[in-house]
Amino acid sequence: MLVQKWTLSLGRYMMLLARTFKKPENFRMYYRAFMSDLELLGLNSLGIVSIISIFVGAVVTIQTAFNLDDPLVPDYYIAIATRESIILEFSPTIISLILAGKVGSNIASTLGSMRVSEQIDALEVMGVNPASYLIAPKITALVFFNPILIMLSMFLGMIGGYLASVGGVMSTEDFMYGLTVDFNAYHITYALIKTFVFAFLIVSISAYFGFYVKGGAIEVGVNATKAVVSSSVAIIVSNYILTQLLLV
Amino acid sequence: MIEVNDIHKSFGDHEVLKGIDATFYKGQTNLIIGQSGSGKTVFLKSLVGLHDIDSGDIVYNGRALGSLNNKERKSLRTEMGMVFQGNALFDSLTIEENVTFALNMFSDMSLSEKRDRANFCLERVNLPNVAKKFPSELSGGMQKRVAIARAISMNPKYLFCDEPNSGLDPKTAIVIDKLLQEITEEFGMTTVINTHDMNSVIEIGAYIIFIKEGKKAWQGTGDDILNTDSPEIVDFVYSSELFKKIRGEH
Ligand SMILES: Nc1ncnc2c1ncn2[C@@H]1O[C@H](COP(=O)(O)OP(=O)(O)OP(=O)(O)O)[C@@H](O)[C@H]1O
Ligand SMILES: [Mg+2]
Repeated sequence: MLVQKWTLSLGRYMMLLARTFKKPENFRMYYRAFMSDLELLGLNSLGIVSIISIFVGAVVTIQTAFNLDDPLVPDYYIAIATRESIILEFSPTIISLILAGKVGSNIASTLGSMRVSEQIDALEVMGVNPASYLIAPKITALVFFNPILIMLSMFLGMIGGYLASVGGVMSTEDFMYGLTVDFNAYHITYALIKTFVFAFLIVSISAYFGFYVKGGAIEVGVNATKAVVSSSVAIIVSNYILTQLLLV
Repeated sequence: MIEVNDIHKSFGDHEVLKGIDATFYKGQTNLIIGQSGSGKTVFLKSLVGLHDIDSGDIVYNGRALGSLNNKERKSLRTEMGMVFQGNALFDSLTIEENVTFALNMFSDMSLSEKRDRANFCLERVNLPNVAKKFPSELSGGMQKRVAIARAISMNPKYLFCDEPNSGLDPKTAIVIDKLLQEITEEFGMTTVINTHDMNSVIEIGAYIIFIKEGKKAWQGTGDDILNTDSPEIVDFVYSSELFKKIRGEH
């Protein structure tokens, strides 16, 4: 029963994606939608991503320092550990999970209200492909902007660590040295691949839950919650799969 | 011309449309009347393809809706305008952007031509000076009129209105009715209107079908309806004292 329901949902999700990537009726209108989605889904997340990244970077540094409090381990190891946890996991995965909550609920509830107020039907009757017009610009916007956000988050996470070292957990020279030593650029590539995939999953899954709302305000709320839960699970699972594929 | 042949539509095991036939000619206002819940909205949405019908067919000047591919269906839809029962205005766009939406998408008009067109449509529905507002800043009746302006912006060949004058005062309701009749005749549109309003029925009903419990129970013109003895019609139309009086005088 449950398996049948999931298969059905997966099929409908795939069909929605197929409709989403049809040729646009008018590139200028899509570009306009892209620009406003870029602001709504991308730029508007800069604040929260910055604050979280700085604080988490600082906390990770303090905790690592606390755990590596051993005269045999040189202090710059703390910075290496901080750097690696931020680049590999914190920035790409945790920030994407936070965006799944922020952006995902926004997308699902916007599309859901458009569905129940028949705005999606109105587009359809005009001859506009609503899946493509409403979803494709959002996917493009987040897939384009998420990597930028994540790079910023990495940078600010390390700033946070630096501030912690200024605060006294370790010497700032050791911290700066540790950030650069043994640096593997492939880890950044790995993180960026993850963020592309996560951005795509967040938007497409949330859009699916919004687009097919049936009913009224209550169902819009219910589906917005489902959107956040499902896209978070999708992120976690694909994180595991991608890590297996790319790092092992 | 739109020909409707024996269409059926169910939701689960609830059959809403139970075999309806009708022919809507161009250049005249075709009306669908019937009690609340009789299936008027489902009928209209089936006509434009928002509901997939279970059987029967709908033919637009020789083009059967069910046999069109995606591209043909889209191109047919650019010839349609629709006013939804709940308006369905794009609430993130201004009134002007609502009215010019289809023009922006499908026409190569210049910005000023589009703006002129929007102003023209808004003036036709008696709504000057609202172009820069958002739908939520307008009253229900004003929103309805914006929805009508949006539906006629592309000069559609086929115009569908689901209760275009519900929620309007009698004077504005007549203005809207007259407007719909005028543009229908002027541009040779095929117009289908769902309504409860007996005033509209008598004023602009060139061809009327009466739906009862998912079936066509009567058809005729606005003049016929005042003279018919069909018990269903008599029961539906003359439920108000005013219309009983009118019938007495007839
Ligand atoms: N999407 C749907 N799913 C299930 N049942 C529906 C759906 N839409 C309409 N119905 C049912 O179809 C019947 C006809 O509804 P419809 O909206 O067409 O009535 P109507 O004639 O337009 O009424 P009103 O004048 O109040 O607008 C109702 O019994 C309604 O419950
Ligand atoms: Mg209705």
